[in-house]
Amino acid sequence: MQLTKTLLAGTALALLAGGASAMDLTFVSWGGAYQNSQLKAYVEPYVKEHPDVSVTWDESSAEAVAKLRAMNEAGNITWDLVDVVAADAIRLCDEGLAMEYDPDELLAPAPDGTPASEDFGDMIVSDCFIPQIVYSTAVGYRTDMVPEGEDPPSSICDLFDLQKYPGKRALEKRPINNMEWALYCDGVAKDDIYDVLATDEGQERALKKLDTIKSDVVWWNAGADTPQLLADGEVFMGSTYNGRLYSVIEDQHQPVGMLWDMQVFDLDGWIIPAGLPEDRLKAVEDFLKFGTDTQRLADQAKYISYGPARKSSAPLVPENMKQHMPTDPENAKNTLLYNYEFWADYRDDIDAKFQAWLAK
Amino acid sequence: MTDTTQNGPMGGTPPEEKASGPMLAADGRPLKRSLNRALRRQKLRALALIAPLLIFVLVTFIAPIADMLFRSVENDIVSNTLPSTTAELKSWDHTTGQPPSEAVFEDFYFDMFAASEAKQHTRLGTRLNYEDTGVSSMFRSSGRKLDDLGKDYLKALKKIDKRWDDGAFVYSLMQGQGTPDTAVVDHSRTAIHKLTGAETAGDLGFAPSEAVAKLLPDMTRAYTDFAVYTGLVDGKDVAKEDPWESVYVGLVLDLQKADVSGYDGPGADLLKTTKADLGQIPVESLKDFFAKMDKKWIDPDIWATIQTYSPKYTSGYFLNAIDLQLTPDGIKQRDEDQQIYIMLFKRTLFMSLVITFSCIVLGYPVAWLLANLPAAKANLLMILVLLPFWTSLLVRTSAWKIMLQQQGVINDVLVWLGMVDDGHRLVMINNQFGTIVAMTHILLPFMILPLYSVMQGIPPSYLRAAKSLGATNWTAFWRVYFPQSVPGIGAGSILVFILAIGYYITPEIVGGTTGTFISNRIAYHISSSLNWGLGAALGAILLVIVLLLYWAYDRIVGIDNVKLG
Repeated sequence: MQLTKTLLAGTALALLAGGASAMDLTFVSWGGAYQNSQLKAYVEPYVKEHPDVSVTWDESSAEAVAKLRAMNEAGNITWDLVDVVAADAIRLCDEGLAMEYDPDELLAPAPDGTPASEDFGDMIVSDCFIPQIVYSTAVGYRTDMVPEGEDPPSSICDLFDLQKYPGKRALEKRPINNMEWALYCDGVAKDDIYDVLATDEGQERALKKLDTIKSDVVWWNAGADTPQLLADGEVFMGSTYNGRLYSVIEDQHQPVGMLWDMQVFDLDGWIIPAGLPEDRLKAVEDFLKFGTDTQRLADQAKYISYGPARKSSAPLVPENMKQHMPTDPENAKNTLLYNYEFWADYRDDIDAKFQAWLAK
Repeated sequence: MTDTTQNGPMGGTPPEEKASGPMLAADGRPLKRSLNRALRRQKLRALALIAPLLIFVLVTFIAPIADMLFRSVENDIVSNTLPSTTAELKSWDHTTGQPPSEAVFEDFYFDMFAASEAKQHTRLGTRLNYEDTGVSSMFRSSGRKLDDLGKDYLKALKKIDKRWDDGAFVYSLMQGQGTPDTAVVDHSRTAIHKLTGAETAGDLGFAPSEAVAKLLPDMTRAYTDFAVYTGLVDGKDVAKEDPWESVYVGLVLDLQKADVSGYDGPGADLLKTTKADLGQIPVESLKDFFAKMDKKWIDPDIWATIQTYSPKYTSGYFLNAIDLQLTPDGIKQRDEDQQIYIMLFKRTLFMSLVITFSCIVLGYPVAWLLANLPAAKANLLMILVLLPFWTSLLVRTSAWKIMLQQQGVINDVLVWLGMVDDGHRLVMINNQFGTIVAMTHILLPFMILPLYSVMQGIPPSYLRAAKSLGATNWTAFWRVYFPQSVPGIGAGSILVFILAIGYYITPEIVGGTTGTFISNRIAYHISSSLNWGLGAALGAILLVIVLLLYWAYDRIVGIDNVKLG
């Protein structure tokens, strides 16, 4: 009995001591080059300064919303900081699964003293969303498959021009982005796209436009599909995230060119799961203040071609990366911003139509 | 077991016979009881032996599946989030084409306010958006603006008297004097518990007096909700907190109707002066307030949707899963451009059958070879069958991608042989063909192994006997060998078909648009659209289809005719 007591007390003490000095945080991200850029730009520097903190990664961002909901129902949240796209952050916030925060309190101001809420500006698309980067969905094409005598594609509508640019296309297997591009190339003004898309006729019109290339489309589910299809020469052009195309062009030296026209801007950032215990929350908040400051977000652009979400980080981005940034003025001549509000409402409805259309 | 016999299953010594009384066992107890006891002990021991497995299966397999399937009918989120609204809305007739009465909007305001404090209104918006596109953003944006009305009222109230802005004063006014009205508090406790799932029993330290509750019903309701939420969910001291803005909306609503002249509890003077100065407050009807936030709030359609989905259980998900729709006017066919599930179910069944059949055709000769070759050669062949079985599913599927794609191995070979023109390479992937080829390959071992073990049990002498009696090779095989191998085909077919019908990864990777299964849609609803109800309904239907087919198989072939080895 005495022995058990001693052992128990000893264990409790050890646990207490361990808890006080070391903090193991679980960060959720996308894996691959993107997670690596986060590791290099701010997680490693932070851990170096705080040897008592260690970070475990979970590469579950793609299913983060479903998993967080399941964890919440089970009453056991094992994640401390989760990287999600802005649309998912809005959904998590809607479901009460992400914590609302005050930008000026949680995040560091810019070096010139501009408060975080202004420095991030309208990138904070939800009360729970802590923006990190701006990325875009753009189109890449095989430079060696451009028909002889033709200029390389320069407009998004070349995607729909099978006469001028024959060959297969890779498009994402969901309505988002494809419907907008279809309407735009069917003659809808950029500002009217969502008004038109909100109507049944507009949705039909977009699908009709997509019908013209349907038999030549390979539909992708994962962001890595298009780079692979381009590298294999399976498709002539295809949409994917600009960072994926960057690595096909710069790292793998494939004959692939960028078509930036009508690239769709989207945001990616952190959310803090709702209901974290006090001590973990403190640790996470401390990390965030460091990990989202001006220098750290600019550092991230060294490792991946995504633009920092802070205005004050832009001038600090390395010169050789600037031309690959979706936000570079040369690339951002004609762009579209992902309409979060619209897709939160219409996603289910249009997706049902889109899938029925696909299966036809 | 009904009656004791002289040769009981206990074996051993036969019990002594006695001329009178019940038969007794060796220890002198009645034999019947002794026997029953022994049998019961045996059964319990058997049960105890399998108990760990049984409990494990129940807890980790059956219970979660049952819980998941239950979601296909569960719908209490509507009535839990909007309890008063759904009750008040019952008497509203959607066919009039008019929005509901002001009373519904008043209930809706207070329900919504509590829900938005608990951050539950957006969840309801997401739920209702499955039925009526656009509701999600209405709930989200309106939730943010609910404060505005109360803030405007408070500003005007402060001009009349500063005390209205004092949380402690409002607390004492609501607390009142005399008998406390516990029914109001209990009502709030249940409502907030259902809304948040948090425990709301325990000491609250607040109860409105009956007089106040009668005089100011809306304010009491809002304040009690506030008190229960602040005191029991947030764990703060109610008396020290500033009340929700909805409390002032309730006050203004009540003062318009109430006669405060006879009231003499705490704050009676203030109520009287405020009532007298009511003209200074820019009163707005709640219907107008909601209409100003979003015009769709006075569109009867949204209210008809809420009304249709107010019951705790709904058939809506199941109807959606078979391309129907539960509308305020009854069950309707979905628009043609949204019908997809029946087609997917049919496709899943058809393709699973094709895959099963291909497996029989390809697997039968291999199993025959395995069973009839000399042991050394058969072992080598067996390893070749098992090798892909041990390889990761993803690797095998990806390998098929490389084989079948247009710039892939097969097309390259065909072009090199000159059988296919370089410009017209065959499309063998991202369609049904690709799914069937890849899945047949992946599921083939499940056909070969039961076939092989059954064939091994068929004595080769039967075939020799048939031939020696004059049968041709074909007759001997078809009349003698094949019938004996049917149990293997049955077992293999059941395995392959049931595995195929629920397959997900392979169709997702190589299926393109025409080769995907219903399981891909279920996965989409579970992990992407988060419409778990619809995903559960689709899963439940798939489960029922499998069970029905199993039952039919049992009736036609007989499940005893299945041999796994």
